[in-house]
Amino acid sequence: MTRPHDSSFDEHAVIHELKHYLPAQNPLKDFIHHNTLHGFQNLKFYDGTCRASEIFGYSVSLSIDEYRALYQSGHIREDILEKVITERKGPALMKEWKEYAISRQYEKLPPPRIGSLRAYWKRHYKIDMDSLVHPLLFRVLCSYLDQGISIWRFPVWNEGFLISIREMERLSFTSFFRKDWPRRLLLRSECKIESLLDILVGDSSLYKQYLFDQQFAHQGWSGIVSLVEDMPQTLLDRKQITLQELIIFELLLEIDALDFRFGKNWQPLCKRLKEKPVDLFAEIPERELHEMRHIWQEAFEWSYYDEVLSGLLAKKHNENKVNYASFQAVFCIDDRECSFRRYIEEMDPDSETFGAPGFFNAEFFYQPEGGKFYTKLCPWPVTPKYLIKQAESKNERKKDVHFSKHAHSFFGGALIAHTIGFWSAARLFFNIFRPTMGPAASYSFRHMDKFSKLTIENVYPDDKEKGLQIGYTIEEMANRAEGLLKMIGLVKDFSPIVYIIGHGASSVNNPHFAAYDCGACSGRAGSVNSRVICHILNHSGVRKILNARGVTIPPDTQFVGGLHDTTRDEIIFFDEGILSSGNQKRHQINLKTFDRALDLNAKERSRRFVSINTRQKPKAIHKKILQRSVSLFEPRPELNHATNALCIVGRRSLTSHLFLDRRAFFNSFDYRVDPEGKYLLNILNAVAPVCGGINLEYFFSRVDNQKLGAGTKLPHNVMGLIAVANGADGDLRPGLPSQMIEVHDPVRLMVIVEHFPHVALKTIQTVPATYEWFANEWVHLIVINPETQELFRFKDGAFFPYKPLKQSIEAISDITPLIEENIDNLPVYILE
Amino acid sequence: MQSSQISNECFLSYISTMYKTGDMAMFLPYFILLPIIGFLVNILVPKKNETVISWAAFTTVGVHLLTAIGFTIYWLFQHHTILSLPGWALYQTSKYSFFLSFYFDNVTATYLIVGDIILFQVAAYSRYYLHREEGYKRFFVTILLFYLGYNIAIFSGNLETLFVGWEMLGISSFLLIAFYRDRYLPAKNAVKVISVYRLGDVGLILAMWLSHHLWHGNVSFLQLNNHELVSTHLQTNTLIGLFISLMILMSAVAKSAQLPVTSWLPRAMEGPTPSSAIFYGSLSVHIGIFVLLRTFPFWEHQLAMRIIIGVIGLATSVIATGIARVQSTIKTQIAYASAAQIGIMFIEVAAGLEEVALVHFAGNAFLRAYQLLVSPSVVSYLIREQFYNFKPREHTFEDSFSKKTAYTVYMLCMKEWNLDNLMYRYMWNPLKWFGKWLDFLTLSRVVYYGIPAYLAGVALVYFREMLPEAVEDALPYLFCSIALMMVLKSFAERKLARMSWLLVVMHHFWIALAISVNERFYFNEDRLYLSGIVVAGIVGFICLRWLHFHEGSIDMDQFHGHSYRHPKIAFVFLLACLGVSAFPISPTFVGEDLIFIHIREEQVVLAIMVSLSYVLDGLSLMRMYARVFLGPHSKSVYEMAYRSS
Repeated sequence: MTRPHDSSFDEHAVIHELKHYLPAQNPLKDFIHHNTLHGFQNLKFYDGTCRASEIFGYSVSLSIDEYRALYQSGHIREDILEKVITERKGPALMKEWKEYAISRQYEKLPPPRIGSLRAYWKRHYKIDMDSLVHPLLFRVLCSYLDQGISIWRFPVWNEGFLISIREMERLSFTSFFRKDWPRRLLLRSECKIESLLDILVGDSSLYKQYLFDQQFAHQGWSGIVSLVEDMPQTLLDRKQITLQELIIFELLLEIDALDFRFGKNWQPLCKRLKEKPVDLFAEIPERELHEMRHIWQEAFEWSYYDEVLSGLLAKKHNENKVNYASFQAVFCIDDRECSFRRYIEEMDPDSETFGAPGFFNAEFFYQPEGGKFYTKLCPWPVTPKYLIKQAESKNERKKDVHFSKHAHSFFGGALIAHTIGFWSAARLFFNIFRPTMGPAASYSFRHMDKFSKLTIENVYPDDKEKGLQIGYTIEEMANRAEGLLKMIGLVKDFSPIVYIIGHGASSVNNPHFAAYDCGACSGRAGSVNSRVICHILNHSGVRKILNARGVTIPPDTQFVGGLHDTTRDEIIFFDEGILSSGNQKRHQINLKTFDRALDLNAKERSRRFVSINTRQKPKAIHKKILQRSVSLFEPRPELNHATNALCIVGRRSLTSHLFLDRRAFFNSFDYRVDPEGKYLLNILNAVAPVCGGINLEYFFSRVDNQKLGAGTKLPHNVMGLIAVANGADGDLRPGLPSQMIEVHDPVRLMVIVEHFPHVALKTIQTVPATYEWFANEWVHLIVINPETQELFRFKDGAFFPYKPLKQSIEAISDITPLIEENIDNLPVYILE
Repeated sequence: MQSSQISNECFLSYISTMYKTGDMAMFLPYFILLPIIGFLVNILVPKKNETVISWAAFTTVGVHLLTAIGFTIYWLFQHHTILSLPGWALYQTSKYSFFLSFYFDNVTATYLIVGDIILFQVAAYSRYYLHREEGYKRFFVTILLFYLGYNIAIFSGNLETLFVGWEMLGISSFLLIAFYRDRYLPAKNAVKVISVYRLGDVGLILAMWLSHHLWHGNVSFLQLNNHELVSTHLQTNTLIGLFISLMILMSAVAKSAQLPVTSWLPRAMEGPTPSSAIFYGSLSVHIGIFVLLRTFPFWEHQLAMRIIIGVIGLATSVIATGIARVQSTIKTQIAYASAAQIGIMFIEVAAGLEEVALVHFAGNAFLRAYQLLVSPSVVSYLIREQFYNFKPREHTFEDSFSKKTAYTVYMLCMKEWNLDNLMYRYMWNPLKWFGKWLDFLTLSRVVYYGIPAYLAGVALVYFREMLPEAVEDALPYLFCSIALMMVLKSFAERKLARMSWLLVVMHHFWIALAISVNERFYFNEDRLYLSGIVVAGIVGFICLRWLHFHEGSIDMDQFHGHSYRHPKIAFVFLLACLGVSAFPISPTFVGEDLIFIHIREEQVVLAIMVSLSYVLDGLSLMRMYARVFLGPHSKSVYEMAYRSS
């Protein structure tokens, strides 16, 4: 074959670049929130999103009309808009640009660059390549990667994708291809991407763009293949596949489609190409529309931030905080615990609550009794060296015949239809009119049997399984305990009982169930972690070491683990039997506090749910919330992180006077315990990717639910247990479904750190990956000086003083009317 | 003549026996009326008012269910005799009458109760499930339209009434598959499914045509129960009898996704899950079984028929089971497994095991509806199962195959035995290819030559006495060919939507002309038929003109998605399409039936030409609606989903 040009095509580099931009969402069971546009994170937020928009056709902000509506309704403040324009365009142009912002009509963006090269197939060859290739391609990929839907599995599976296809093509009487040539190419040639592209495209300067067009025509499938290639362990039933193999197979299918359509009489794409399309990654043109959207976006964000910052400064000083709390409780930093903690503190003003990442600094793999695999229970990027096993579990797993594969067989199906079929009608009836928890539900309390035993302590160092040490040594336990306590600033004044409460969620009929659980536990419930860390903290050996390291826990103080179900607003506690009799009594009193707080929390949450009347009594509402969590027909069991906007790293006293409407992640931190920012660094290293990732996933799924989100979940079809798609032939839909994001206000996360600016600056500069988040403005950073109460905003590598424009924040003594009457996001209030 | 006397006598005797249960039969129209009321009420409710919309639907179905249960129990105690109500004549002339007639027996009772239970549950389910969904009202209105069609079909007392319900099922299917009308795949698959349904429609039309000739008038299902009557007629007309049965079978096969058209079923799963559960899991897809059970007395003694039905059922159940076994997505797996069970029901019906088939239907409908509704749960359930019970490779019975056989069968199942391409390859593509031959027809030519040609045709009809006999006999075929040509061109047209529209409308005129000359009457009987066409034709044309004026090109080589901006125009145009395609609510509908009456029983070629033109006409219209109004909006890439998603 003659080469039309000198090869400028570097296969390895192109595949690498493709993988960089493809969606990187894990399979459903490990749903991990991440920045959807991670491929552009090396650029500033504004530049990165503009590029993403021009190249891939994503919407990266609300529409100008939506912003204007927010402006009309007062959600975007005029003074903030003016300030943003002034900062960007200078005071001279402020008036003019404000006029533009409010009334100028903008033309729509031109079509995105992606797909423009492959569009020539349709334009000049009159062939609909996607329709001819995609259905079979998706089917083969899905069957190959399938985790357990199909009954008859992919017949050749354990040697890699292309080898399997080759083997089947070699032996079978039939073929995946319609014509013989592509089959021969597969069987008899090396099938290098470049030589296939020579056949199809014929001009090596176009190859890269062609591959981008091709893979981004089904970015869902390409994304999952790329991810499985890098992380095969994410599938329980492991599969070997590479993006390169996918590309080769797809190129062959394309050749097949052309052969099928035109016989031998077709020429490569470049021959009919009159002019080359714009290079995908060429500089993007400046557009006023982009800038205007960004101005509106900033105005929208700061309209809220400004209010929050003003609220922070409104703190009453000289508060006499009691030194000895009635009890202390540590929760996950999760924004869903925000209101729950507020109610606990309201029910028992002497109590004290903390926030820490929900794995509570104990990272390990977990193996439930009878489990064939290990489950990672710590943030996704961490790879633990420890294994904790469960024993003596009494949990029974109930079966459900409706998911039985016999229902799909010939005789089994007939038998089941004749018998169980009638039972289905009754089941459905009860499920609709009296929903109860069934085996099909994902229930957080089922994650670990409360009465089982865990191998937390290491017996001897060589007690290992598959390279993982079983349990921690005492020294290792002490390190984890110290890390946790010093990070959240709980180093003295321990109360008699300290609760450490993880969280999980429950839902039914919800393929995205893992997204609702604890992100710091890799999309699982936090029950095991809370039990493990409490065991560690109650350990006398650990306490001895802690004592030596300056943290003295009184002997009377006991730690109790628990799990809060954020969907059902239920709570369970673990190992309560260890409590001393005095603590037992206190615990009984505290239980009442928790119960009331849970009811009230349920009531506050219910304001978002149209099916529940928020004016009812908390107990009655709570019952409905419980029912809702097990209702098959409820696509919104809870709203998850839909309201996230803030992350506050500091003492509770910083915000305890504020009503923040479940919008903040709280990571407790005491600058006095950590003057050098050592623990602050750990916090920010986690906060940026975890909270920032959650925030940006919601952000982009909200502003472009069709391309960056999963669209409405109602027609979703589960593909191979790894992802969802629409209908039978659709591409996978990564991102969040519309039901999860519809109430979300797309604002970037604002991280507020209580420390001195110079310490904060030094801290964030330590780790480049973390620094990128702040420097490129994918999250905002504010520092509040704990002594002077001055605010500083991080911008362009330095901290600048910030003075809130809003002077006063409304005070409110009772939030009940507020939550009973409003369904939307609420502004900041000062609690009296 | 003699046979029609027999039929009249029998009819009278039946009426007298029926009279005993007559008061109960009087109640039958209520079951149709209630969904009509619910449907109309729902149309009037404002779009934003979710509560009223869902309550109206829920109440309609709930009341229907309660009365259905009460009625059935009472009926069982009344010795469960067959109830029949001759109903009303929609249209009557000396030669022809179009009756709406109702019928109730154990088959109706089963379909009624199962349908009501499932719909009641799904209505309750959807009230919450569809909350805040764009198109909440559209969903419930369409579901009620389906429900109306379903009830008309199961209560129908003759083929004509059945056909009314049948068409409603078809159009509501189309609308729910394309529920997410801004996306490419729903629009594409909706057209795909309706094209299969169209085959079913033509089966019924032809069955109606021939049975009219067989019985010399309308025949009711009640009369089919009279064994003597049926066998007398069939003895003399074996071939016609077989043909009628085959046509009925064709429509049953199309609606129940049997071979060779099974592959539409998984592709129909594009709407919200509850709608998939009603249509493709449970009710709509079992209507084929209903038709077979209903007409069973007619083909009971045609052994060939029973064998064919059994073989189709067997083949489908085997092939579909194989395909179901390799499906790696939950909804397609359920779809194929369900199609396989329906195959078994075909066998049961062919074997005359009515009760078994009815129980099987009920069980399968409930099972698949439930399985589809809980299908999203499959992830958490199966992942958990796998976590505890994982085996790298579970043993399946295919392991006993040789490698070669296993790979071959696996790959065939994966490719669905190429069923999906079959229809395109052997039906639509040749027709399109033929249509392309007609590229010389341009908009101006159609107008400037077409209209004078038609006037010339009219003149020929007026002065036909002057024509020789042979020419006069050939005229219907000539006119019909012109009609067919027009509709073929319309079907194959890839550019101008208006041109396509005009051709469809004109084709009806040519058909009318052909029939007039065939039966040697002037245009009075055509009036009913053409009046509907004219009104709908003008309305549709105005819609397209308006759209062209405001939005520019609406060429048919891509989806335009104009319902995104102009939902009202889309709705009006849809009504116009229904009018032109002789949907049951339009005057055209009766007219279309009438047309067939005037095709004599020996004019099989003419009948096939006319029915083919109707198939293409409906297809062309639905395709036009889909291309212009459905799919991703052609003007804003930015708010649309990817084509592949």
